[in-house]
Amino acid sequence: MAQAKVPAERPLSPHLMIYRPVLSMVMSIVHRITGIALYVGTLLFVWWLLAAVSGPAAYATFQSVASSFIGRLVLLGYTWALIHHMLGGMRYLIWDTGRGFGAVEREWLLRANLAGSILLTIILWVVGGYLMGGLR
Amino acid sequence: MSARPSNMRTPLGRVRGFGSAKSGTEDFIRQRLTAIANIPLTIAAVLIVIALIGRNHAAVAQILGSTPVAIVMVLFIISVFYHMRIGMQVIIEDWVHEERAKYALLILNTFFAVAAGFSSIYAILKLSFGV
Repeated sequence: MAQAKVPAERPLSPHLMIYRPVLSMVMSIVHRITGIALYVGTLLFVWWLLAAVSGPAAYATFQSVASSFIGRLVLLGYTWALIHHMLGGMRYLIWDTGRGFGAVEREWLLRANLAGSILLTIILWVVGGYLMGGLR
Repeated sequence: MSARPSNMRTPLGRVRGFGSAKSGTEDFIRQRLTAIANIPLTIAAVLIVIALIGRNHAAVAQILGSTPVAIVMVLFIISVFYHMRIGMQVIIEDWVHEERAKYALLILNTFFAVAAGFSSIYAILKLSFGV
């Protein structure tokens, strides 16, 4: 080859920003964002386990951070991201079978995903808070 | 590719028509396999974590190291870290098109998933075996 061919100016396919947001699109983006958040948040999970291995002092440090206001806020967000991503994953598994694509089912699945994640997060935190008070 | 091709056909021309290399859908299938496994394992792990809230170190170490809990946690860790490695790989491949940056991030992604995953498994096993 004597010379690299200069690529022709071709039209680009439209990207995310030009579409009007619809629920399925927003939920798809949120699924990915919660996935990224869960990925980063595994650092907290690893810290928790290594603190449990390291001994009472290290575990006390983890507990004090986890039960601080910021710690609880992060864990609340993490709980929601986990539940939302899990329910979203179930939605995609249903869609993978070719079912649930009708206008009604599709919107129902998306709304159930969102409502379910918020509801389950509240339930888990109420139960967790009750245990926290009960066992201390 | 050999330095001296035996004929004039291009590499693409030689493989065309032979079908896929049979591994192109590997990550796609494993993403869904681990997704299915993650559902019961995550429910179990969340229940375990809730049961451990507010308990002191000795109780947490004992419960996490008990045989059924340790087995569930190790399975949870394997499935979740495998799943998230594939997920992050897809995100990197979608958004990072500069070759060096892409491969650097793909390598870091695998390193992170393996390091974090095995650290977690090590912690569970150490609690379980009590060494």
